[in-house]
Amino acid sequence: MTAVDVHAIDGKLLPPDARFDVVVVGAGAAGTAAAIAAAAEGATVLLVDENPVRGDLIGTDVPLFYGGRMTAAVQQPARMIEQIVASNPALETAIEAGVDVRLGTAAWGLYVNGPAMRALPAPMLGIADAERATMIGFDRLVLATGARDLVLGFTGWDRPGVMGAQGFAALLTRYDALASRRVLIAGSGALALETALLALAHGIAVLGIVEVAEAVQGPSALAERVGAAGVPLFLGHTIVAADGGIDGVDRVTLAAVANKRQVEVYCDTLLLAIGAIPATELLEAAGVAPGETITRVGDCASVVRPDPAYLQAWSAAVGRHAPPETIVCQCEAVARADLIGVQPPRYLDRPVAMAARSLSSLLNDGPAHPDQIKRLTRAGMGVCQGRRCREQVACLLAEQQGVPLDRVPVATVRTPVRPVPLGVLADWQESAAMTAGWDVWFGIPTQWTPYAIIGTPEEAEHVSGLGGTMHV
Amino acid sequence: MSEADTPRGASVVVIGAGVTGLSAAWWLARSGIDVVVLDKGIVGWEASGRNGGGASHYQSPLFAEEQRLWPQMDDLLGYPTEYVRERIIIQRDPALLDHYRAVGRMCSAMGYRVDDLDSRQAQAAVPLTDETCLGGIHLRFGGHANPQRTVQAYAWALQDLGGRILQHCPALAIATAGGRVVAVETPRGRIACDALVVAAGPQSGMLLAPLKIDLPVAAARAEMIVTEPAPMMAIGGVDGNGLYGRQTLRGNLAFGGGPHEWIATAPDGPADRPVSPLARNLARRVAEMFPKAARLNVIRSWAGIVENTPDGRPILDRLRDPGNVTVATMSGVGFGLSPASGHAIRDLVVDGVCSFADIAKLGLARFATLEPDWRERRGWAA
Repeated sequence: MTAVDVHAIDGKLLPPDARFDVVVVGAGAAGTAAAIAAAAEGATVLLVDENPVRGDLIGTDVPLFYGGRMTAAVQQPARMIEQIVASNPALETAIEAGVDVRLGTAAWGLYVNGPAMRALPAPMLGIADAERATMIGFDRLVLATGARDLVLGFTGWDRPGVMGAQGFAALLTRYDALASRRVLIAGSGALALETALLALAHGIAVLGIVEVAEAVQGPSALAERVGAAGVPLFLGHTIVAADGGIDGVDRVTLAAVANKRQVEVYCDTLLLAIGAIPATELLEAAGVAPGETITRVGDCASVVRPDPAYLQAWSAAVGRHAPPETIVCQCEAVARADLIGVQPPRYLDRPVAMAARSLSSLLNDGPAHPDQIKRLTRAGMGVCQGRRCREQVACLLAEQQGVPLDRVPVATVRTPVRPVPLGVLADWQESAAMTAGWDVWFGIPTQWTPYAIIGTPEEAEHVSGLGGTMHV
Repeated sequence: MSEADTPRGASVVVIGAGVTGLSAAWWLARSGIDVVVLDKGIVGWEASGRNGGGASHYQSPLFAEEQRLWPQMDDLLGYPTEYVRERIIIQRDPALLDHYRAVGRMCSAMGYRVDDLDSRQAQAAVPLTDETCLGGIHLRFGGHANPQRTVQAYAWALQDLGGRILQHCPALAIATAGGRVVAVETPRGRIACDALVVAAGPQSGMLLAPLKIDLPVAAARAEMIVTEPAPMMAIGGVDGNGLYGRQTLRGNLAFGGGPHEWIATAPDGPADRPVSPLARNLARRVAEMFPKAARLNVIRSWAGIVENTPDGRPILDRLRDPGNVTVATMSGVGFGLSPASGHAIRDLVVDGVCSFADIAKLGLARFATLEPDWRERRGWAA
């Protein structure tokens, strides 16, 4: 005999609201080209891009680290859309080719069935603009989501003017909304050198390149061009602090790794160009590997994470000058000392016993997972969803454990991978089966029977009267 | 902890470092008993760290003990749990409001005060709602805590009393001799014991099956969402509108509810803990319950795997054969009751009987005549 559990999810999730042969996420060069190519083959194509990101979310750096050196233009969505189209002429070609182009539309969730979920009627991608969320079905999904800026925490990294190299490039070339005039660049790999050349080409002064290693990391051809422009190199140096006033950074203090001798550089912007991380959050949150159905193109496929040892060297060098109160997680204001001490957030008391607890005491119990650090300290639990501190926390865990960075797992990414307001995410047209079968908990009619009446004549009355709906 | 540090034995071995197993171990250690807790992963990694944090379970024989203990837990453990007293349940559907009013009267009759709230009172108590709220009930008991912080608090408190926790150390088999459990086999070797507690959630049934013990549990996936922080409400333990959950002390709104999915699990745990677009149905209900929070961003969703018994009630039992085994599953309602369930398990292990409540109706014997296809009969097959 088989029965149906009316409170189970089976049959309650609706099919996608719309379906396309090909869905492309990210309307940069690679994504736009992929969309045009698919349309040329006769496919129905949807191309979405979250840019322009809402003004309030640009402030929380999703996904690029803009760091407050943007002009007021970023608060004007219409102008931002104009700029996006102007900076990527291929978008017009895509529209002419019949691609359904939606800007200001974030892809926040990828859902596919697997061993622990069979309830989806089809694989689907959740997208949302400012008004509503929509579920999109696809035969092929192309992720052209680019790369995310990698940042490290030091004194003053939360000041306006400390920004990621990609955030800088986006403000400069995509939005024409950059307010920087004199920049200092951390890192000397290809990303850093290209960033220097980009700045110079736009008439922005590059006051130096800071590199923790003793040699420039990027290709020599690029290094020669940067050198020819007279950009000073601070090799074997690390960042101590970014100082300034209400308008943000006005100087950055560096220190030699060898002897800690300090140098001050008077700049209005510090560009973090140590590395970039492929923006594959949709895949990570869904636990899905790319394959035939889901592919990656552009930076999210080609950008290589920085070498773990190199990143650890930067993290350790920055850490040597970072006082205990240095913020690691900006969203939740978690300081370096809180993190290393696995101390609870400031709104909780810290009882005496907590003083004996630390990351190293936690590590005595076996390899720790960064998600434990999230749970205990709240680092990575804020609205930027850990984009600004995930790598920092992993570096600190590796350092504390004395293991290479690649041995430490990275904190879990969760859906929605972009913040979406409740009222936008909400499904206002859910299935009748969802509404009818909804229960607070499992809807087991005997679960909430008061213990005293179990096995008494009153039990049946309770079960039929109040039943399985969870009570308190 | 290295292989060399792995204990050879303990008076009591507890399988499962979820909230029930850890509380049991902590209670045993409080009685001066040498205890080792094994877990396939990290403390509180499954449903114990992924739930609504409620602590108001009138239906349980452990209710009075739950209510007695929670206000003391921060002091008893020495670490913060974020426990906060009292709850409010609001509704915008007249039938649901009547339903909860009836529940409130039932609790009041049991001696636990519940006040009815009309719409105006509910809006005053819950500033994030509006006039669409028809009213609610205010529980002058119960409360909520932070599941993740509480699980770690149990673990640390246990260690402070000399108890040992072996993470990443699954129980592979239970060894018996002469009708008693004598040891648990692990990848790090054999750990001898005088008594065993099995509190391994969905895996408990699989662990006990070789001993010819049928512990009937079915595993399912349940989901929750969380928003960015909202302005703090005076009482954060607010739910209703088909949801359970709370406003955390940071201000986030964390809520779950709605349909579950029955899934298969393996001896080494669930294959995955995926989320579905149910997040959208949850978001709708949170936005309806708290219209003034509808613009807040949802920043996470997650799933947990919980086990249920055929009648949805816990199994807390000291077995007859082998006589030194205590089994514990709280059937999907374990977090809030954990201070009391640990106490009951300690009593069962040490004294063979719960000292503070009659829990006889939670025995395994009630399922002696359970049909072999009980999952199919309930539509619970994975």
